[in-house]
Amino acid sequence: MAKTFGRNVVLRDVSLEIAEGEFLTILGESGSGKTTLLRIVAGFESATSGELWMGSERLDRLPPYRRRVNTVFQHYALFPHLTVEENVGYGLRVARRPDAEIRQRVDEALDKVKMTAHAQKKPSKISGGQQQRVALARALVNRPQLLLLDEPLSALDANLRRQMQVELKSLQREVGIAFVFVTHDQEEAMVMSDRIALLRSGELEQVATPREIYSRPATAYVAQFIGHTNLLQGEVQSGVVRCGTLSWKAALPDGPALFSLRPEHVRLNGAGSAGVRMRGQILTQAFHGATELIRVQCGDGLVLVVRTQSGLSPQEQVELEFSPVDAIPVRESAERS
Amino acid sequence: MELFVSSGSAYVTRSRWLRLHAAAVFAFLYLPIVVLILYSFNGQGVGGFPPRNLTLDWYRVLFADAAIWDAVSNSLQVAFAAMAISLAFGIPAALALDRAQFPGKALFRRLVLLPLILPGIITGLSLLMLFNVDIVSAILKLVTGQQLSLLTITLGHGTALISVATTEVFAGLQKLDRAQEEASLDLGANYWQTFWRVTLPNLKLSIIGAALLIFTLSMDEIAVSFFLFGRDNTLPLEIWGRLRRGITPEINAVSAIIFVFSLITIVFWYRLRMRAEGSAEVGAELIEAGTQH
Amino acid sequence: MFSRGYKTLVTVPPLAWVSVFLLVPYLLMFCYSFWSVSPAQTIIHSWDLHNYKDLLEKPTYWETLLRSMWIAARVMLFSLLLGYPLAYYLSFHAGHRKHLLYQMVIIPLWVSYLVRAYAWKTILGSDGVLNTLLRYVHLTSHPLDFLLYSPFAVVLTLTHIYTPFTILPIYASLEHIPRNLVEASHDLGATPVQTFWKVIFPLSIPGVVAGATFAFVLSLGDFLAPLLLGGPSGIMISNIVVSLFGAAYNWPLGAAISLGMLAIVVSLLFLSERLEKKWSFS
Repeated sequence: MAKTFGRNVVLRDVSLEIAEGEFLTILGESGSGKTTLLRIVAGFESATSGELWMGSERLDRLPPYRRRVNTVFQHYALFPHLTVEENVGYGLRVARRPDAEIRQRVDEALDKVKMTAHAQKKPSKISGGQQQRVALARALVNRPQLLLLDEPLSALDANLRRQMQVELKSLQREVGIAFVFVTHDQEEAMVMSDRIALLRSGELEQVATPREIYSRPATAYVAQFIGHTNLLQGEVQSGVVRCGTLSWKAALPDGPALFSLRPEHVRLNGAGSAGVRMRGQILTQAFHGATELIRVQCGDGLVLVVRTQSGLSPQEQVELEFSPVDAIPVRESAERS
Repeated sequence: MELFVSSGSAYVTRSRWLRLHAAAVFAFLYLPIVVLILYSFNGQGVGGFPPRNLTLDWYRVLFADAAIWDAVSNSLQVAFAAMAISLAFGIPAALALDRAQFPGKALFRRLVLLPLILPGIITGLSLLMLFNVDIVSAILKLVTGQQLSLLTITLGHGTALISVATTEVFAGLQKLDRAQEEASLDLGANYWQTFWRVTLPNLKLSIIGAALLIFTLSMDEIAVSFFLFGRDNTLPLEIWGRLRRGITPEINAVSAIIFVFSLITIVFWYRLRMRAEGSAEVGAELIEAGTQH
Repeated sequence: MFSRGYKTLVTVPPLAWVSVFLLVPYLLMFCYSFWSVSPAQTIIHSWDLHNYKDLLEKPTYWETLLRSMWIAARVMLFSLLLGYPLAYYLSFHAGHRKHLLYQMVIIPLWVSYLVRAYAWKTILGSDGVLNTLLRYVHLTSHPLDFLLYSPFAVVLTLTHIYTPFTILPIYASLEHIPRNLVEASHDLGATPVQTFWKVIFPLSIPGVVAGATFAFVLSLGDFLAPLLLGGPSGIMISNIVVSLFGAAYNWPLGAAISLGMLAIVVSLLFLSERLEKKWSFS
């Protein structure tokens, strides 16, 4: 579907299929259109063109209160005048379910998110993390066919966030409902998702599993957005790639080509392999805990980022080596205006 | 073409009935005034339908009316003086409420804000009783030759409108970044210099807004003035006097002019406040003050 | 951070002014309410409660007081009925025209009370615009009397004057409601009507209480509209007070009645403050 605000095109030709029971993350920077896409699915925005289907039901003509879709909002949007219990039971009360059923389902939901002890409190009296669980329970208790989550973890601090990522993932497995999760944090997306849809300036760059998107990025943008990478610009002629002073064999059509090389695939002082070798001098070094990232000045103005475990210092001379098979050809990312 | 995402685009639902109701209420609020203005051009005078003989005669009569001009002059004097008093005491009051702790502060706050919500008759009568006390009366007679005069009206307006000055300036102070004053003191300026160079300029818009409001309210004020006037009338008092004697279309004319002036002043005030706050919750501080009795 | 000198300088002058011109007058009024007036039109400083007894026992007084409260109650009710939907429309449905319309609500507030009351007087009179209009279109054949010089005229005029007073606080409290709450409610399956009653209205109650209080309190103490439009049947309690300070020269009794009014007003203000606190959730 497409979405235009006045003269601004927010989404351009986005087509996405969400499988039952999958955890799909829509990943993108701010301004990529990911929130708009979510809101269209929820019903708070209407698409300028395109259709929205859930099973055999056409959704985009329905108002949000008639869709079997529920949302966990970015700032939780808990009703301040209702208790936690009343918040969670809201959807059921509005649907006029019998009291006994409401009580039972609310208790169940609160138990799942471990908020039973706080049932009688008002939202202002619980912490951010707790509010987030309540928001989750409130959405899930209605047993929707699809759950949308709009950057629900962005307001939490790092440790709590990691904890919640794990909990959310296991919760999703447990309830078996499809989750569509929106975030700008690529690590989060990698940890939690069955599939990732990377959105850039209103268009999908790639939709794939985390493993695939990491090891086989489709475009330069994807390669750079997810994790660190080196982009090598080269020219192919008769099955041989020439990139500055380096060359290797590749079965590619003639012409210019772009390659993504992950820092962990560049080895230091590798012993006698059929790889591409070069010499360089370390420019900078950044300590990342388990590994280090060093930037190495090789010939021809080429700077490579290398992941290593050895403690090295700037100015040191090193020998680098990588296998041609690790240089993944990627498409040039289209210019977005 | 710029690509743009709004995470807060208005999810607005439409309703025909609400729009109709809104239109009806606006009509209710404005129609009487429109009718009034219309009939100020009516040759047949007030009343009668439809209006005939459109004429500017009533305005001509109005401009030739000396008593009205005297009243206008009186009103202006009172308004400017009241403005001075309200600001002179309202600005420190706002500062005191924002920065100082002293015994009776809560009572002080309620007292200052009370005239905003209290019916004018109570403010007017209580002041009348004050001016009737022998000593006070003697002083007044010394200064103006009468017990009640434009002076007492001015005192009444000034007192009642301190609440407006205090509220507007207080709201401005809340928006003031305290760090700016701290920075000034840190850089070596003393309290007085900081006040003149940092605090006051930041409050400029609030003060001007308050002044405009006070001026307009004073020009229109009748409830308090009703009990405190002597020989000289303000414009509302003059109009009131004539109303008791009978309706003339001249009154329509002067009302129309008052309306236009008020309109201009208030729109100007609104624009000023919007520049200061950047939001449309202009006047919210007055509502809050009125409810925080 | 501020020196004692600074604090003293900003505190003392306003404190002094407020004491002289607000506190002392109220105290004076309090004292006056206990005194009496002699037949020779002088004030006797006798201290007793007979003025209050008069207020509570003489039908003229407490009946008028009750009638005034009834008029004020009707003004409050109509202002709310007219004002709330408009405030709601402004806040939730007006979109980009919100600012302009908000200005249009504020403007009548600052147009002279006198002008607006006078406008109604010319409209409602037996030769006024409304009556002649009705005759012109042959809806009536002779003037409707009840329009002017009646409680109806007073209620109508005061509603006209105080409706903006109710719109403003209601609008303010509606604006404070985060829009994502409305979205959340819809998301959970509530229709717009259900959302209004379950989410929006409860959160707007502080504004409603404030607006209602404004309308009631200011109407109760009004004396100008009754004088212009009320006629003998539309007299309100403040008119009695006015005459007691004028021709009927009995300042002590007038003070007592004013104090009674003040007491009612202040208790209402306290009550509304408690209600607002109870219903505010942010």
